[in-house]
Amino acid sequence: MTPHENTVIIDKLVKRFGDFVAVDDVSLTVKRGEIFGFLGPNGAGKSTTIRILCALLAPTSGVATVAGYDVAREPEAVKLHIGYMSQKFSLYDDLTVGENIEFFSGIYGVPRDIRDERRAYALRMAGLEEKEQTKTSLLAGGWKQRLALGCAILHQPPVVFLDEPTSGVDPLARRAFWDLINELSHAGHTVFVTTHYMEEAEYCHRVALMYRGRVISLGTPHDLRKQLRSDTLPEPTMEDVFVSMIEREDAALAGGKS
Amino acid sequence: MISFRRTRAMARKEFLHILRDSRSLYLALMLPVVQLILFGYALSLDVDRIPILLFDQDRSPQSREMLAQFRGSRFFTVLGDIESYQPGEYAITSGTAMAVLVVPRRFGEDLAAGKQVPVQLLLDGSDSNTASIALGYARAMVAGYSNQLRTEYQIRNGAGEIKPPVDPQIRVMFNSELKSKNYIVPGLIAVILMILASMLTSLAIAREWENGTMEELLSTPVRASELALGKLSAYFILGALDTVTIVLAGVYFFGVPLRGSALVLGISAGIFLFGAMSWGLMLSAITRNQLQANQLGLLSSFLPAFLLSGFVYAIDSMPALPRFMTYIVPARYFVAMMKGVFLKGVGMELLWGEGLLLLLYATVVFVILTRKLRQKIA
Ligand SMILES: Nc1ncnc2c1ncn2[C@@H]1O[C@H](COP(=O)(O)OP(=O)(O)O)[C@@H](O)[C@H]1O
Ligand SMILES: [Mg+2]
Repeated sequence: MTPHENTVIIDKLVKRFGDFVAVDDVSLTVKRGEIFGFLGPNGAGKSTTIRILCALLAPTSGVATVAGYDVAREPEAVKLHIGYMSQKFSLYDDLTVGENIEFFSGIYGVPRDIRDERRAYALRMAGLEEKEQTKTSLLAGGWKQRLALGCAILHQPPVVFLDEPTSGVDPLARRAFWDLINELSHAGHTVFVTTHYMEEAEYCHRVALMYRGRVISLGTPHDLRKQLRSDTLPEPTMEDVFVSMIEREDAALAGGKS
Repeated sequence: MISFRRTRAMARKEFLHILRDSRSLYLALMLPVVQLILFGYALSLDVDRIPILLFDQDRSPQSREMLAQFRGSRFFTVLGDIESYQPGEYAITSGTAMAVLVVPRRFGEDLAAGKQVPVQLLLDGSDSNTASIALGYARAMVAGYSNQLRTEYQIRNGAGEIKPPVDPQIRVMFNSELKSKNYIVPGLIAVILMILASMLTSLAIAREWENGTMEELLSTPVRASELALGKLSAYFILGALDTVTIVLAGVYFFGVPLRGSALVLGISAGIFLFGAMSWGLMLSAITRNQLQANQLGLLSSFLPAFLLSGFVYAIDSMPALPRFMTYIVPARYFVAMMKGVFLKGVGMELLWGEGLLLLLYATVVFVILTRKLRQKIA
């Protein structure tokens, strides 16, 4: 792969649940090694988009490829090349830290010769070297999330999808988690991450603002803020950007209807 | 193209779940034996010592001789002799006696003359099962006695060395002590294993859906067949342990003879568990809800296994519709196999048909299970 190859390509993606349009004509591309943020309020369609990209849901129309594989036509190949952390905590509570790692190592088919190395890496990354024998249910939220991330990248997937990995985690642990995401990006992993914490947009290389199934704005955090800069608002935050974008979108929708 | 590594990882993880949930584990290991003992006693309908009153209107040597057979039989307990119908009818109505045997006047005389002699039996038919068994006993005893008499008469009248008329004695095959526990326990083992297997597995996939781990699993390269096989093998170990303990309990606690080979029994149980456990997993995959899957598992295993397997009710005497339905109840074949192995000591040369049908059932359910697992999230 060349450094700037696109690892996620979404083209006119639509997902309907009955009459309801959860993902409405979304198109975007994500480059290799990029931290791509998906921002939006609850119900915007972030999780639905990620599930389609992980080949967990079939798109209604449009095309998406991940690591070069079509999610609708080559789901098995897609699953070999991704790591996924779902919005719900997705480890086994009754298993120990070590047993969770061993299980995911097994189902991802991590080769025998690097298994121990990957296991050590996951433990170090999660900061759980001393807690291999600890039951997962006894870990605090932040540690659990880091362990879940460690398990999702045991097989060194080129693309990692993280669905609200920092929700419900205390600010310090959130900060630590974003450090990990940065580390992954430096190691060449593409990270596709959703959040509803606006300030976390600053940690992303690029962000897409999603609202009612549509991407209403896309760019680097710096560019998005610059667009809004004015005399009354010389230093706009991402929060300001998002609010103004939503107001504009709602106005356009109202105008279109009347 | 099933990956052994992924299947093994799945199996190991599932087995850890089983070990960690110690309450369910104890239950799973203890319940079958407890059920066997409880049901085994409740259902052992050994009909003997039937309380009976005797009404001898004849009082001839012959009538006394015949009634003496009833007094000596372990199948009947003679409560006393009566002089009229009234106390007999009262005893049956009040439940103190199950039957009244009435020997008519001229019984001895008519017999001596070689005539056909009726004997009357009054029976409490409210428990029709026991009543028909009692009727059978009484009929066999009277017939035996009358034939013996007739032979003596013919010899005495110079008919010479004629052979006795057809010997009416009923020889009970395979269960010669006529102990119903011998008949009940093998079938009961089959029924209990059916319930156990589908209950154990009914939670296994629904739990992953409820905890959100299923979504994670579906995003990994693990295949539906690997997921199903991995889970099955973990529960299979538990099921095999249960099979061993319940068979041992049947043999040593109830004293039921195991006449056939343990290997044949093991193979039959293995195929059966595979099907029954796939059934539980399938319900789990369809409902994605632990409570629903568990209740469906209980209903769909308990009722057919109990009513339509030929374990309690003989299949041959069922009306056409339920009899037809028994063909799709896997427990029917397993009950037949268990009875065959336990009581008749037969091997696969006679049981292969049932074995194949069980295998077919297991395969069909397993295929549906993997189809269900392959479906997308929504
Ligand atoms: N399986 C489904 N069936 C029907 N509606 C769904 C389903 N999944 C999600 N939705 C709806 O789609 C919308 C987007 O949901 P989601 O992608 O989870 O949003 P987000 O992750 O941005 O909070 C919501 O209104 C949700 O109710
Ligand atoms: Mg979401």
